[in-house]
Amino acid sequence: MTPTLSLAWKSVRNRKVTAILTILTVAISVILLLGVERIRTQAKSSFANTISGTDLIVGGRSGQVNLLLYSVFRIGNATNNIDWKSYQEFSQHRAVDWAIPISLGDSHKGFRVMGTNHSYFEHYRYGQKQNLAFNQGKEFNGLFEAVIGADVARSLNYHIGSEMVIAHGISDVGFSRHENTPFKVVGILAPTGTPVDKTVHVSLEAIEAIHVGWESGANLGNNPSAEQLLQMNFQPKQITAMMLGLKSKIQTFALQRQINTYAKEPLSAILPGVALHELWGMMSVAEQALMAVSVFVVIAGLLGMLSSLLTSLQERRREMAILRAMGARPRHVFSLLILEASVLTFVGLIVGTIGLYALLAVAAPIIQQQYGIDLQMIALSQYEWLLLAAVQIAGTIIGFIPAFRAYKQSLSDGMTIRV
Amino acid sequence: MTKTDQSSVVELTQVTFTWPGNDTPTLDIPSLVVTHGEHLFIKGPSGCGKSTLLGLLTGINTATSGQVSLLGEELTKMSGSQRDKFRANNIGYIFQQFNLLPYLSVIENVTLPCQFAPQRKKQVEGDLTAKATELLEKLRLPSALLNKPVTELSIGQQQRVAAARALIGNPKVVIADEPTSSLDFDNRSAFIELLLEQVNQANSTLLFVSHDPTLEPLFDRTINLQQLNQAGGQL
Repeated sequence: MTPTLSLAWKSVRNRKVTAILTILTVAISVILLLGVERIRTQAKSSFANTISGTDLIVGGRSGQVNLLLYSVFRIGNATNNIDWKSYQEFSQHRAVDWAIPISLGDSHKGFRVMGTNHSYFEHYRYGQKQNLAFNQGKEFNGLFEAVIGADVARSLNYHIGSEMVIAHGISDVGFSRHENTPFKVVGILAPTGTPVDKTVHVSLEAIEAIHVGWESGANLGNNPSAEQLLQMNFQPKQITAMMLGLKSKIQTFALQRQINTYAKEPLSAILPGVALHELWGMMSVAEQALMAVSVFVVIAGLLGMLSSLLTSLQERRREMAILRAMGARPRHVFSLLILEASVLTFVGLIVGTIGLYALLAVAAPIIQQQYGIDLQMIALSQYEWLLLAAVQIAGTIIGFIPAFRAYKQSLSDGMTIRV
Repeated sequence: MTKTDQSSVVELTQVTFTWPGNDTPTLDIPSLVVTHGEHLFIKGPSGCGKSTLLGLLTGINTATSGQVSLLGEELTKMSGSQRDKFRANNIGYIFQQFNLLPYLSVIENVTLPCQFAPQRKKQVEGDLTAKATELLEKLRLPSALLNKPVTELSIGQQQRVAAARALIGNPKVVIADEPTSSLDFDNRSAFIELLLEQVNQANSTLLFVSHDPTLEPLFDRTINLQQLNQAGGQL
């Protein structure tokens, strides 16, 4: 087999340009296949890492995906708020270890503003049960102090001490700004790769304070000044949702049922893991479509190789006849072609894999910044090895088509050189 | 006639060959015997069945009827792969032109048959490359050309490389299919003389096919295939 392999290699090298093009076709299809697979799995893990350690999320009655989307991903809006009294009741429930209240609805230059309290910095976890960490500064203490996520700081170029004006709702237009109550940045969180990076955190009291004079939902004028507000004592009346950590996981379902059947207010309690799973399931159609597209690109790449091999056969009849005369058996000719297809695919796989990592090195920071998906430079996973093996096998199998033709040609041509 | 003479290298008996799909045979040779060490000149115009005859002798094609024996072995009774093995080990072959694989070096082209024929490889004493160089030297190929790509060699030089390739490992039979048709007259005679010299040294039998009657005197014996072939006329 070794002489045939070296012959196949030298023969391919002789047809450099076509060979390089074929290798590139295979390489590009491999980059796409692995790239899609990478983004898919890392998006999924990034997604699953958004929230961790929280046992129940409680909000106004709605579907679990909706509740998850607005409370964790800051996508869409709450259907209804929940009463502060409900928060107090459940945060002091005997099964509950900790509770994080969250209050949404305002924004700052496209970033969502979230009202919460000290409990958030202590108990909120993401990824592998990691706590939030500060890059600079500290938690908010005063009324008009804000803690911003890493992305907010980077894209708006904010530092400790920067001032910011929060807008009512999510459209940041002049008449809806809480202009007389600017906030000061006191803390910047370390990047998490989750929606936390794109959030401006303020205290629940601040959310109440900036809405004094806005009770109907719009600015009715004669707002109190910041100095006046500082003198007032705010008690939240409503919040958007709360996250609960329980003392024991065993109580999760009992508490969930209790919340869902709470008589004083219609509430929904969801298990974040289950909701995440359902949400990911909804996106799996897109995921599968992407995978299908990349599989088709691989097929197109291999067909490209097939057509170039078949075209070359006609010019290589002389080569085959010489080899036959030198004592090469038809099976040598057969394996020559199979080896060529295999070698081309193999080199294509290597080039493609190297290309993927090169591309990842370039694109990962951009993707992290734009989409918050953390593409890590990890080694090929077992599944990716399987994909590569599948492409290699497909490439070799495709080699059977020109190999069979060359076999038949060399049988019929014999020693006569037909050109 | 089934018992083959020790000294006969090629023996054809009542051989006919019909291409698949044809009604009439292309080749019909009642008898042809070539003895050991003979330099046989096979002449005939194109279309008289030369390629077909060579196909039968090399075992690429099998006779429709009759017996083809080479070196005392009946090719007609061998399987396809046995014939391939037999050819690789015992026959050196020179094509009309464009003999060499463009992607191999001169030396690699010469040693190519040894890759498929263990027996011929064994016949080479010592290093293959050294043997190839020696053969090329004897065929008067300038040593400066040894490391050049084969495509830079002239046709005459290429044919000498092809001859070295046919001779390496001392095959018992050397078959040359119009090897001089693309050479000019001076080169032609020089090539044949060198070839004959080496064939003698290797103790091989030479079958030389050509339509050029001027080469006839250089050989021991001439066969006119047109007369020998009873099928005559048909292409």
